[in-house]
Amino acid sequence: MRILLVLLDKEFRQIIRNAFIPRLVLIFPLIIMLIMPWVATMDVRHINVAVVDQDHSAASQRLVQKIQASDYFTLIQLSEHYDESLARLEAGDVDVIVEIPDRFEKSLLGGSPERIRITANGVNAMKGGLGAQYIVQTILGTFAELQSDRGGDLSSDLFVVENRYNPTLEYRHYMIPALMIMLLILLCGFLPALNLVGEKETGTIEQINATPVGRFIFTLAKLIPYWLIGFLVLSIAMLLAWLVYGLAPVGSLGAIYLAATLFVLSMSGLGITIANGSSTMQQVMFVMFFFIMIFVLMSGLITPIASMPDWAQFITCFLPPRYFIAIMQAVYLKGTTIAELCPNYLALTAFAFVLNLLAALTYRKQI
Amino acid sequence: MDDRVISVKDLCKDFGTFRAVDRITFDVHRGEIFGFLGANGAGKTTAMRMLCGLSYPTAGSGTVAGFDVMTQGEAIKRHIGYMSQRFSLYEDLTVWENIRLYAGIYGMTRRQILRRTAELLDRLHFRDEIHTRVGRLPLGWKQKLAFSVATIHCPEVVFLDEPTGGVDPVTRRQIWELIYEAAAGGTTIFVTTHYMDEAEYCSRVSIMVDGQIRALGSPGELKTKFAVQTMDEVFRMLAREAKRGE
Amino acid sequence: MGGFMSFVRKEALHIVRDRRTMLIVLLMPVVQMLLFGFAISTEVNNIDFAVVAPKHSEAIRQQVERLSVNDYFTFKGYISPQATDELLRQGEVDAVVVFAEDYDRRVNAIADGYPTGPAIQLVFDASNPNVAASGAGYLQNALQVGGTQHLPIETHTMYNPQMKSAYNFAPGIMGLIFLLICAMMTSISIVREKETGTMEVLLVSPVRPLRIIVAKMVPYFLLSCINLITIMSLARFALEVPMTGSMVGLIGISLLYILLALALGLFISTVANTQVVAMLISGMVLLMPVIMLSGMVFPVENMPNILQAISYIIPARWYIEAMRKLMIEGLGFGAVWKEFVILIAMTVVLVTIALKKFNDKLE
Repeated sequence: MRILLVLLDKEFRQIIRNAFIPRLVLIFPLIIMLIMPWVATMDVRHINVAVVDQDHSAASQRLVQKIQASDYFTLIQLSEHYDESLARLEAGDVDVIVEIPDRFEKSLLGGSPERIRITANGVNAMKGGLGAQYIVQTILGTFAELQSDRGGDLSSDLFVVENRYNPTLEYRHYMIPALMIMLLILLCGFLPALNLVGEKETGTIEQINATPVGRFIFTLAKLIPYWLIGFLVLSIAMLLAWLVYGLAPVGSLGAIYLAATLFVLSMSGLGITIANGSSTMQQVMFVMFFFIMIFVLMSGLITPIASMPDWAQFITCFLPPRYFIAIMQAVYLKGTTIAELCPNYLALTAFAFVLNLLAALTYRKQI
Repeated sequence: MDDRVISVKDLCKDFGTFRAVDRITFDVHRGEIFGFLGANGAGKTTAMRMLCGLSYPTAGSGTVAGFDVMTQGEAIKRHIGYMSQRFSLYEDLTVWENIRLYAGIYGMTRRQILRRTAELLDRLHFRDEIHTRVGRLPLGWKQKLAFSVATIHCPEVVFLDEPTGGVDPVTRRQIWELIYEAAAGGTTIFVTTHYMDEAEYCSRVSIMVDGQIRALGSPGELKTKFAVQTMDEVFRMLAREAKRGE
Repeated sequence: MGGFMSFVRKEALHIVRDRRTMLIVLLMPVVQMLLFGFAISTEVNNIDFAVVAPKHSEAIRQQVERLSVNDYFTFKGYISPQATDELLRQGEVDAVVVFAEDYDRRVNAIADGYPTGPAIQLVFDASNPNVAASGAGYLQNALQVGGTQHLPIETHTMYNPQMKSAYNFAPGIMGLIFLLICAMMTSISIVREKETGTMEVLLVSPVRPLRIIVAKMVPYFLLSCINLITIMSLARFALEVPMTGSMVGLIGISLLYILLALALGLFISTVANTQVVAMLISGMVLLMPVIMLSGMVFPVENMPNILQAISYIIPARWYIEAMRKLMIEGLGFGAVWKEFVILIAMTVVLVTIALKKFNDKLE
């Protein structure tokens, strides 16, 4: 125990004396919480729309007005010729073209409407795809209004839609809890690994190895400071989310910190395992970079796991961040309880156990 | 009473098919300064690392400070000091912080640490540098500090891997004075070196060639045996037989 | 020249000997391409739903049947109204379709033109807004009763008809990988020589300092070219990107960008004194902004103006834009002259600054 305190004293002194880590602790949560949410949004707005109106009727006017009024769309061009709009789309100025055919209103009144043609630019798959979907919804809404004006049969009265947990459909609220994992991966996985390999590179670990310090104590002394930093930074980030975005967890803080503890343990285990197998910082960095890339892309941070093909979904079962992100989003937005998220917590516990076991097994004090 | 601090029999170390240390056998007695000589690549550092519990022997047996090198590596570490070839104290910590770290690791109490540190600093004339970061010290000072840290806990035996590599003659002299003092205090010294004048200071020396010990005895005995005037000549005669290239 | 080649050989050996790092560098783009191409999709294509139906009428059964056979929906069963919140909260379902108790009567009333209130309530877990928004559209379309059975709307997608995300991501991956290899790896490898002191030894050799640096870059340049070939072949043959644009333009602009990344690497190496610092500068100043601001993953148009303004000075943004035009839209070289000129200007400026700094350091 005394040895642990002596080693902790050393680690803290080194961290504070480091030119970079204290600054990172301050700046990193700021970047992640203040810039990332504005950047990392899949909330597609400002879809550039061109309308080719060949009908010039009250119905087509109504549709154009609806498009103009929506935040989702920016009406770029209103023309009569499809070719003109297509040229703008090719130039990349327009994402979606809506072509309202001649005699559209009349045919609509007649009960067998002419088809409205939508052309989406697929280069930006997300914008084109979601843009087309939003336009379809807008058109359907307009139809419903037109019909109900005349007491028609296609009524908006058929449905009511209730959006629970995030009624304003704010994408940022979905993204922010997930972004916090970036902080924990970097601070509790990446940095201790670099630190450990740093001791190998400078040779100072050789002197420690010749002393009776146990490998468990030594590694623990390396991790504890980063765990504390991790939790400090997580708390700062949560505070920022509340102050800047008004986003506070609906569920319990206990559920969040429990998940964070388990996640941090598994990331540290991973970091130490990688460090044990590497002899230079460059190696650690590239291996960690590889893992972070997989984590970011596949754990549901950017794209929904449910949209992946089965084999990819199977791979995601082996990624600890997947479970942590699911917990964070559920607790933050829906107030889901620990009991309800039990499988996720158990998965994280299993990862923490396995990865730390691996770290302990790969550590070599003697060759 | 058995006064053997290190006792080794037929110790071997293989790296794959390469036999780095080939069946070495020797004893080191309490209070001795035991010189461990050999050309680069002869296997000195490998042998020393096995004795310190940093590396597992492939075969053979041995005890250090009464503990088995095969099975009790961690127990050995409590009773030895070690100074590696490469400077390995923390450069971003101060002289005092480094001393306190290692003293703390060996379980010394605060009072003991303070007393020992005061003693060491006085002897090294380091008083003014106590709060200097180690990275800013000149190499000679670093080596003296490393030696002091390796002996801070008054170990039974201290292993020094080329303690005077790259330092100026004056500092070299000072380090040897420290070694003598420690030996006089009852600490056994196990030291490797490339300087044959230093070999003359040792109570006994062994010379390794190609992983084997080819000569063992006091400098005087060896010179008589090989019928030469200096240790330098003894070393050259043996090193010439080496088959391993550098 | 002989001296130069021996330096190149030495650098190549350093890289080849570190198997793991090399493997990762060569494998990373492949994994990224395959993940983006086949695993990751922003499209919402599966909605798990449960149904609350107080009375099981034939009309309701037909509606549920219609949803169940639709590929976009997975029917998770009938539930009681009380279970709605629990299931949504646990994430068991994305939506709950609640049929009114007097569903049949209400539908008839709507059909007769005298609506008496909504017949179906759709409750979504909107914690992921995209799932909720798309789900609302899909479900309403599928449940639309009476009137027109199919929608009077027809949708086309140009250039990328299957909406494969890889089309969009491929240029971004290239923008990132070249920066990683050229800027990050070269700067770290130069700084490491400074740290270990081997740089001193090299500098006293009769080869001119600049030659040494260029020699360091040659293997990384070659490594990048291998990656360029890998990514382009994957794009063409695995992801079936048509690549009808100007090949000369595509390769030309890629080489230009690689050169620019090397200049960045040299620049970083003159600023940083330790590997960790070089790593952090490359990571924080180069990679983060590229991932965030270059439009690789997140659309630039959605960002606040100030961030968009910052994105103009990021070389990767221009490179990615040009590559999109060439690779995906299949446009000719004429369409990217603006990006080309900007990248040339940036390269010239960076090379000049880096060389000046490098020479200053020597003196």
